[in-house]
Amino acid sequence: MTTAGTRKKRSERTIDEYLLSEQQLEDMYYHMLLARRLNERMLALNRQGRAAFVIAGVGQEAAQVGAAMALKLGTDYLAPYYRDLGMNLVFGMTAREAMLNLLAKRDDPNSYGRQMPSHWGNTERRIVTQSSVVATQLLHATGIGLGAKMRKDPLVVLTCCGEGSTSRGDFHEALNFSAIHRLPVIFYVQNNGYAISMRNEKEMPVPNVADRARAYNMNSAMVDGMDAIAVYQTVRPAVDQARNGGGPFLIEAKCYRLWPHSSDDDDSRYRPKKELEEWTKKDPVSSFRTRVETDGIFPKADLDEIEERVAEEVREATQWALMQPDPEPEDALGYVYKEL
Amino acid sequence: MAEMRMRDALREALREEMLRDETIFLMGEDIGLYGGSYAVTKGLLEEFGEARVIDTPIAESGIVGAGIGAAMGGLHPMVELMTINFSFLALDQIVNSAAKLHHMSNGQIHVPMVIRMASGGGSQLAATHSHSLEGMYAHFPGLKVVCPSNAADAKGLLKRAFRDQNTVIFIEHTANYAIKGEVPDDPDFLIEFGVANILREGTDVTIVGYGGSVHQATRAAALLEEQEEISAEVIDLRTLQPLDMDTVIASVKKTNRCVIVEDAWRFGGFGGELASQVMERAFDWLDAPVARVACKDVPLPYNRNLEFAALPSEEDVVDAVLGMFKE
Ligand SMILES: Cc1ncc(C[n+]2csc(CCOP(=O)(O)OP(=O)(O)O)c2C)c(N)n1
Ligand SMILES: [Mg+2]
Repeated sequence: MTTAGTRKKRSERTIDEYLLSEQQLEDMYYHMLLARRLNERMLALNRQGRAAFVIAGVGQEAAQVGAAMALKLGTDYLAPYYRDLGMNLVFGMTAREAMLNLLAKRDDPNSYGRQMPSHWGNTERRIVTQSSVVATQLLHATGIGLGAKMRKDPLVVLTCCGEGSTSRGDFHEALNFSAIHRLPVIFYVQNNGYAISMRNEKEMPVPNVADRARAYNMNSAMVDGMDAIAVYQTVRPAVDQARNGGGPFLIEAKCYRLWPHSSDDDDSRYRPKKELEEWTKKDPVSSFRTRVETDGIFPKADLDEIEERVAEEVREATQWALMQPDPEPEDALGYVYKEL
Repeated sequence: MAEMRMRDALREALREEMLRDETIFLMGEDIGLYGGSYAVTKGLLEEFGEARVIDTPIAESGIVGAGIGAAMGGLHPMVELMTINFSFLALDQIVNSAAKLHHMSNGQIHVPMVIRMASGGGSQLAATHSHSLEGMYAHFPGLKVVCPSNAADAKGLLKRAFRDQNTVIFIEHTANYAIKGEVPDDPDFLIEFGVANILREGTDVTIVGYGGSVHQATRAAALLEEQEEISAEVIDLRTLQPLDMDTVIASVKKTNRCVIVEDAWRFGGFGGELASQVMERAFDWLDAPVARVACKDVPLPYNRNLEFAALPSEEDVVDAVLGMFKE
């Protein structure tokens, strides 16, 4: 299968202005675009009646890919939430696997079709699966961080949730605990403007989620989550600091949910059209393309080639995954207890 | 009378009760502008305003706890918990406060509150989103537990819940929301708690269900009649606390057989309570051991094949009944 950067040799030298190399910039674009095109195909499959449920990260690709690229693959842990397709792709999930997960197929490496789609988990890649109950994974990340500290293992855990989920006790308990013990955990909140139908003002009395860090004497940062490069440049130093014993970080990426909450939602009931139009202009994927093209990093032909490669990859993965077998009903009772 | 879906009947009940009693207000996630995840509260924000229809942050323990306080202060809150799965997060407030304050305060305090929640499996929502906890709530003294199976009952029972002075756990099976039925429009239409409903009369076997499982029971009864010439009586419990065992016992004494159907896990399920009460009160009338049809003891999987394999079906009910007639 094709993966990022297999076509053209790119320079690994860091470009000062970006803090990223050409190779990394290409990977960044590739993963954002792959996440977008996969989500688009997933929704199409839902509308055709072939996928029962889709929950997507459209509008949050830059926030996800930029942050995940700041981590060390094979070392660092990811405790994601249900929109984090882009992060999982950076962590090594393939287009085929994403489709197996959506379709709850037997060979879905996340869960054999047991979990809802988008509840990713793959211990080989250090991605931990989670409950559908929001914010619970923040505490699991705290515990992984605690273990790492006890074993003096220089790993970092990045865990995600939406801004609405920060109203929950688990969020506050996780921040408090990890700040007391100075754990290597990045709490990465993707503020996409809505918690289903509810806007920020109904969810919290402070203008920014990041403001809450002060109450826990914790480092914090805010970043334009529509800009993958800015995200990388914000998350990378936080990860380095956490790895070196600097304690946890709360980072808020301001982004926008360009789609309804899920395939079951009708956002016309609560979202002003005008607002959606404004944010669509800031689309994180196309604005990245415009920037690297305008800055002369990649010629148009190269970017077109990536587009084609991604489209082909998604098409192939979809056709292939649809043909894969379902789980066996006789396996329904598996894994309730760990066998001794 | 008007024909409507259960979700509309529930809305009617809320509207009528809010018009009747100004102390009633609603709190929950996405219940205002959005109209509720299952569209039960649609239009109520527009009609009653933000003071009485409150969109809350995602904080289940918080909204139940605040509801308890509001009830102490003389209001009658209705808290919607979106789904029963999120009620685990509020369990301490429900169990250690709402259920116990009356007793612990020696009657000084009581908590008149209705907590509504959608429940049940079967819609491919997977392990953490598919719980059936009616029996668990019925286990806690101090709570009333209501689980309507149809539109008219939903209205009558929800209206009755607001006439109570205790915390009422009101559980709505997601598969029931779209079921249509004739619903009385009398604003004083109430269904008393603790009165089971005989949905179908029969002579050979008593099938007991509640909430969602009533429908497997009635479909199984139809199959038994058509294919096996077995006449099944179907009882819908309607409320688990208080529990109308008299109706069940009278039926079992007539049919001499009893099958209990529930969506919850078999192990430690409410069916066990029912079976032991039948045994205590009607042992000598039984021609066969009481049978239970329930969910397999596994977290419910997402994949349709796997979920189907785990959930109880009407075929399972038919098999359980036929098993009683085999020598
Ligand atoms: C504890 C809990 N309450 C309610 C829900 C239902 N629910 C699922 S997603 C969601 C909104 C979450 O909003 P946010 O945290 O902003 O994340 P977003 O979906 O916007 O990315 C809600 C209320 C849930 N899963 N868990
Ligand atoms: Mg959000």
